[in-house]
Amino acid sequence: MTGFPRFRDAGEAALVVEFGTVIDDRLAEQVLALDLALLAAPLQGLLESVPTYRSLMLHYDPLVLPRASLIGHIGQLLSQGAPVATTGRLWCLPACYDPQFADDIGHVARTTGLAADRVIALHAGATYRIVMYGFAPGWAYLSGLPPALTLPRRATPREMIPAGALIIAGGQAIVAAGPMPSGWHIIGRTAARLFMPGQDPAFPLSPGDRLQFDPVDAGAFAALQQRAAAGEVLMRRVPGRQGA
Amino acid sequence: MTVLHILQAGPATTLQDRGRHGFLRFGVTPAGPMDWFSHQLANRLLENPPDAAVIEIGPTGLICTAPAGPLRLAVVAPGFSVERGKDRLPGRVALTLQKGQRLIIRPGPAGGMWAYLALPGGVDAPPVMGSRATHLRSGLGPGPVQTGDTLQAVDPGRAAQEGQPDQGLILPPLPPGPDALRYVPGPQDDLFGPDSHAALQAGPYAVSPRSDRMAYRLTGPPLPALAGHDIVSDGIAMGAIQVPGDGQPFVLMADRQPTGGYPKIGTVIRADLPILAQLRPGVPFRFIPVTIDAAVAALQATQDRLAHFAPHLRRLRFAAG
Repeated sequence: MTGFPRFRDAGEAALVVEFGTVIDDRLAEQVLALDLALLAAPLQGLLESVPTYRSLMLHYDPLVLPRASLIGHIGQLLSQGAPVATTGRLWCLPACYDPQFADDIGHVARTTGLAADRVIALHAGATYRIVMYGFAPGWAYLSGLPPALTLPRRATPREMIPAGALIIAGGQAIVAAGPMPSGWHIIGRTAARLFMPGQDPAFPLSPGDRLQFDPVDAGAFAALQQRAAAGEVLMRRVPGRQGA
Repeated sequence: MTVLHILQAGPATTLQDRGRHGFLRFGVTPAGPMDWFSHQLANRLLENPPDAAVIEIGPTGLICTAPAGPLRLAVVAPGFSVERGKDRLPGRVALTLQKGQRLIIRPGPAGGMWAYLALPGGVDAPPVMGSRATHLRSGLGPGPVQTGDTLQAVDPGRAAQEGQPDQGLILPPLPPGPDALRYVPGPQDDLFGPDSHAALQAGPYAVSPRSDRMAYRLTGPPLPALAGHDIVSDGIAMGAIQVPGDGQPFVLMADRQPTGGYPKIGTVIRADLPILAQLRPGVPFRFIPVTIDAAVAALQATQDRLAHFAPHLRRLRFAAG
């Protein structure tokens, strides 16, 4: 690759560090590595960072932190050999793939040429990393979806996707935090809430964190949904297995 | 008690502090004021902290009273008409509202979109994730300000004092003038050819009536990108000039999503965002590209203007009765 990473200006108060222009888990790892390095040693005048699959947007106060200083600092971090983003915590989320929560499992199976059970086994068997949040609060975009589950979006978006829906499209996977319209395919649901506005932290899982799904049957899931509705935090930290 | 009673509020009237910052990385829209300069000025006129919550009044205006007695407040309503009973007030004013008096803020011929009303210490409301900014789409924050609401000041101890004068603020205009908005090219300016860059700078553009706190749609010359209008999502700054497939640009404003997948040909500079925010639909303008250094200098000049407004204050006098 030539020319990457490169710096693009989004006005005088935001800088985009671009690692590429496509979706590629290796680019996402570079983005998260820089993000974590900047979070580990905060820079005065650097206000917020927003990771995506291919770039890191840095919002800054140019009256405190001049652009040249910011770029110099990032250049230094990158030249130290980008640290690999292994510090993400590993979480386990209870998930149910029962047909009542998997509206599109038939369509996904037909389109990918896999049996429905195989679709579920692939999705439930993978380890993902939260690359970014986007679209709406707590919508977690993941890397790590098995390539066999790649398929295009629905021709017509759904009016409403329920909270906790596990959705896939375009080779990407999302955990949907709240009800919103979407053209992605629903193949399961988690009872864990990625966005809890009344609690601290409101977002238990951070970009860079890794997660796995723990399949449960419909009966157990109903009980978990009730506990989630009562405000219980259902994601479980997997101890002693940080990183890759 | 220092309370403000809302007799009439149009749609799009909300409480806003400087925004719910720190959660962009979790997909949370910051919200905050559409016109950050007027918002800050309203707080400064009352010596409020800069992050105090202010009523952001939508384009149709607001009517309110102080039912519990004299109330000190500040109004920054560029382009609006501001009246207290029979008194016609300037668009930037610190005033005392007596019990029984009505304050009427309504659209004026000069045209403005957003007016700001500050109370001593700020408007009291429970913070959500550290902020009193309202984002209606996600339901975060105190919510809309509506007809019939009664709002409380954070600092009742700074109620109106006897003999405190009404003061109007007359600020001299700044270059380059209201018909030209400055922008920094990027982050995807390279995805557009010379024709699109020339069209952006020639204009004329105008804000479409189909605009809201999330985005100002623009009418004017289309801006086709060289190889399509889908990119892999990246971050969005306030003021981003984003171009979807039909080539009609729109500018992302306070309620923008933190990330998005359309190419952005440029970003309106922070100093000129208040000018854009206050443009009524149909008013023609054009875009001028500037360097980062010029944008930072303009931001510094705007901050200086905020810090040194005092010499421009004028004591207002009204005929009795």
